[in-house]
Amino acid sequence: MATELNRVERQTPPDDEMVSIFVMGKEYRVPDALTIMKAIEYAGYHFIRGCGCRGGACGACATVYRTADNYRIKVGLACQTLIEPGMHVTQIPFYPANKAIYDVSEAEPTVEEVLKHYPEIARCLCCEVCTRACPQDLEVMYYIQAALRGDVKEVSRLSFECIMCGLCVSRCPAELMHYNVAILCRRLYARYGMKRAEHLANRVREIEEGKFDEELDELVRMDEKDLVRAYESRDFEEA
Amino acid sequence: MKTYYYPGCTLPDKARDFDTSARACCELLGLELEEMERWVCCGSAFKLDHKNIMQHLAPIRNLAEVHKEGGRLMTLCVFCYNSLKRANYAFLAEPDKHEVINDFIESDYDGKVPVVHLLEMLKDEVGFEALAEKVKRPLGGLRVAPFYGCLLLRPQEEIGFEDPENPTVMEKLFEALGAEVVSYPHRLECCGSYLSLKDRDHTTSMVTRVLESAVEAGANAIVTSCPMCNFNFEFFGGELVARDTIHTFYFTELLALALGADRKLCGLEQHETDVDRLIDEALAAPATAAAGSETAGSGTSGARASGDQAPDARNG
Repeated sequence: MATELNRVERQTPPDDEMVSIFVMGKEYRVPDALTIMKAIEYAGYHFIRGCGCRGGACGACATVYRTADNYRIKVGLACQTLIEPGMHVTQIPFYPANKAIYDVSEAEPTVEEVLKHYPEIARCLCCEVCTRACPQDLEVMYYIQAALRGDVKEVSRLSFECIMCGLCVSRCPAELMHYNVAILCRRLYARYGMKRAEHLANRVREIEEGKFDEELDELVRMDEKDLVRAYESRDFEEA
Repeated sequence: MKTYYYPGCTLPDKARDFDTSARACCELLGLELEEMERWVCCGSAFKLDHKNIMQHLAPIRNLAEVHKEGGRLMTLCVFCYNSLKRANYAFLAEPDKHEVINDFIESDYDGKVPVVHLLEMLKDEVGFEALAEKVKRPLGGLRVAPFYGCLLLRPQEEIGFEDPENPTVMEKLFEALGAEVVSYPHRLECCGSYLSLKDRDHTTSMVTRVLESAVEAGANAIVTSCPMCNFNFEFFGGELVARDTIHTFYFTELLALALGADRKLCGLEQHETDVDRLIDEALAAPATAAAGSETAGSGTSGARASGDQAPDARNG
């Protein structure tokens, strides 16, 4: 039914604005200038997984592709990457990766801790295929290398923008689970390496001491009209 | 030729003493050293299968990185030294693999980046006579047993900076520093290496044999250039370590000390024994090397003796 509806509402562009792409090996004619995600939907697929925020932030729509006349494997987020004529596309929404269970408050920011949960990182061959597979252009191999020497700060710096799409995992000949190693290191660094934010601790103390109780109570007592007025006349920080 | 320092995974962490003290030594000796901007694992142990290119990517990637800048690579950990130097040798020996490896790691490496160890630089570039003149604090009360282990010198055709059966570089070094060099028969033995992960009893017996031999010959310090030897000696040395009978050092810790580096920059922190007491005593004692070093400043002490003292008997 859904596809029928789509067909009715869809306005097919003129033929010279259509291009061929291959989704999992099957050819489809789709309008040029779509994202991979929209092109796949145009071709008739309906996402129930492998699609999240549609804004390039969640990492759910990891996609591998090849373009015509180029042997290179390319990667991208389907919601962010534009199609190219003749491209081959397959989504890899998830690639099997075991997740270690640990209590960060009982862990230590050391190489032993990292190796306890992910001993396989010592198998890294430094082939750098993971780095090439990262749609965020992170230096995945270098953060694994930093993890191997227990430098959780460097891992955090290099992996901060990881969206955990898992494409690095799919390509690794040493069978590592990079992004899970990275998040362990970021947690260890956040817990043991980073300076505590003083202003946050101060504010929490103020809240606990009841500094804002009266103002909150007042808000709770307001009727809707006063609440809207208060909201509209609120203070703005200068841009 | 610019020298790039390759620390390897152990020196920034478990062997910080080695790293800190080596940097201090180079600074005081005027050896310009720049840490590589980025580096990866050395491969850890050289992979004997030459045909398996994947296993050699890690060391070759580091060398290719130095090649890009134009220079040579200096390292301290003997695992790194051995692995990098042998991978380089294997790479040169198989020119038909160059294109495959370069294509894969996207470089244009030619196999020609020299890999050197700091001991090589001390021997060939600084020279022990010149070194002796730079000694500010002769290591008088130290009776040093140099320990070479397995990776620094072997195999000779691939490493080749000293005779692996009868090396003299560390003996000459410590004579130049005014220490008494102890001759003992086990300086070329194996410390047990990774066996310590699997078989503690066996490691203990291998370590004990070396340490007892050194102590019997009169040593109060055993000196290595290897974090693995260092670890095994300190953790499997039993009573000899527990009672502070013998202390384990990286050669750079004592070199930095002798060169007058700030004590904090000499390492001396990650030790199982009370090295501070030993050092205090050693510095208080007069220099013991053969030649008459009247004062700390005169410094030429060990150099004269080192040149002609044939250590042939040392292999037992």
